[in-house]
Amino acid sequence: MKALAIDTSNLVMGVAVIVDGRIVGELTTNMKKNHSVRLMPAIEELLNEVEVEAKELDRIIVARGPGSYTGVRIGVTIAKTLAWSLKIPITGVSSLEVLARNGKYFDGLVCPLFDARRGQVFTGLYGNVSNHFQLVQEERIILLTDWLTMLREDSKRVLFLGNDLEMHQAIIKEGLGERAVFGQAADHNPRASELASLGQAREGEDPHTFTPSYLRLAEAEAKWLENQKK
Amino acid sequence: MMELTDELILGIETSCDETAAAIVKNGTELISNVVSSQIESHKRFGGVVPEIASRHHVEQITIVIEEALRQGNVTFEDLSAIAVTEGPGLVGALLIGVNAAKALALAHSLPLVAVHHIAGHIYANRLEEPMEFPLLALVVSGGHTELIIMEEHGSYEIIGETRDDAAGEAYDKVARTLNLPYPGGPHIDKMAGEGKPTINLPRAWLEADSYDFSFSGLKSSVINTLHNAKQRDEAINPNDLAASFQESVIDVLVEKTSRAAKAYGVKQVVVAGGVAANKGLRERLQEKFEGSGIPLSIPPLWLCTDNAAMIAAAGSVEYQKGKRATMKLNGNPGLDLEAY
Ligand SMILES: [Zn+2]
Repeated sequence: MKALAIDTSNLVMGVAVIVDGRIVGELTTNMKKNHSVRLMPAIEELLNEVEVEAKELDRIIVARGPGSYTGVRIGVTIAKTLAWSLKIPITGVSSLEVLARNGKYFDGLVCPLFDARRGQVFTGLYGNVSNHFQLVQEERIILLTDWLTMLREDSKRVLFLGNDLEMHQAIIKEGLGERAVFGQAADHNPRASELASLGQAREGEDPHTFTPSYLRLAEAEAKWLENQKK
Repeated sequence: MMELTDELILGIETSCDETAAAIVKNGTELISNVVSSQIESHKRFGGVVPEIASRHHVEQITIVIEEALRQGNVTFEDLSAIAVTEGPGLVGALLIGVNAAKALALAHSLPLVAVHHIAGHIYANRLEEPMEFPLLALVVSGGHTELIIMEEHGSYEIIGETRDDAAGEAYDKVARTLNLPYPGGPHIDKMAGEGKPTINLPRAWLEADSYDFSFSGLKSSVINTLHNAKQRDEAINPNDLAASFQESVIDVLVEKTSRAAKAYGVKQVVVAGGVAANKGLRERLQEKFEGSGIPLSIPPLWLCTDNAAMIAAAGSVEYQKGKRATMKLNGNPGLDLEAY
């Protein structure tokens, strides 16, 4: 099976190609540059480099969010359009899960985290349960302080991953003390190769009905619903 | 019958709140046209919410394109190129169409052509009748009020534009003052038809030789008129106010279009954009140009509002000129018509 994996849900842009379970190519940048301008050239370049034609692909795998609304949409739009027009399935994987995989051998809990502004974060909790790395606390958007209060109820060490951690490190240390462990530079970039590995093993979906996972309503929608309640 | 030499272009348009795809043959013949409107989703907010528009576009984009291909009985192998709106418009909305178009171009090794949304509005007319140059286009919509001279296909010179609100914007703002539901333009048009222009409102002619427009003063004047009447406890017939407002807008549009048409010696006048659906404007323009010797073209209503057939039609001209977009193409909310 030949699959293309795409992640533009945050600052990191990742593209990978997996052929019969082997990652044959991967491209990652971690810069404040425009995904809309760069993603298609990156896909074209990587496919060329690994000598796979778009028409040979059997599956498109995409990080479906959460993250930057616009970023997620760029990846998802390209992924679903490729999948639909090539008549192949699309598989979506949580952007947080892709990042969490960087801590899959950590002995404890793994907390991937993206900043969601106004003290909020997109996060969830992963860990090894009966030798299987999996979700242990549902992904959500939550005030970081509330999240830390929840994490205090456990006694395991927690590995924090994500490029937005710098701005939250102090408050996490304050909340969890010695239990908080922080990943190093390379651990903070979600890898398209991990996305590819995860996605190839999962069910394909219909590209037409495939949508991003924003984990949050559009602001106008939330306000409107709020007003309806009054 | 499809000939081997026929050019088939798939157009894609997502600049505002319509997700649209269409197929056009040889730049002039409509093969299929699909528009998925989001108007119902935005109504409750009283206007287009960009984030919600973008979310809808992602949900609709492949469905709409598939429907355009299916209705036209066209496959990717039959296509000559893909044309997509590059701008202007809402940036997040434009991105969906642009990236979908790039993905299709890569997957099926098809040439990609970038189109200016306003060029699209003008070219909607070419699906109805041939264009004669030099041509004058009056483009009136929610975001635009422009007079454009075309010496030939794909060449655009803006001779007049709005200095503040677009005509459609003024309509929407006045509609809101009158507590009409969104979108307000058609409501005002209907009310104007039932009222009489009895209220004196200003017309901004600007400098004697200028083809520019200004509608913000008129809009303020409508608001003041309502306010003053309320203070004096006088009743104002909203139909008469709508008729007076509409007459003021149309007087300026018609007069400047007619003056420009004569000054530039054009062979055809084309009216384009969402406000070209306005009944009052259509009638007055027809009256003005009847017997003037200059043919006037106004596309049917369904071609005036945003659609992708117009993008495919305008894209055909760029395609024939050999213009190609690369995989780096991005949505450009402030795209310049003359430079594009
Ligand atoms: Zn338009």
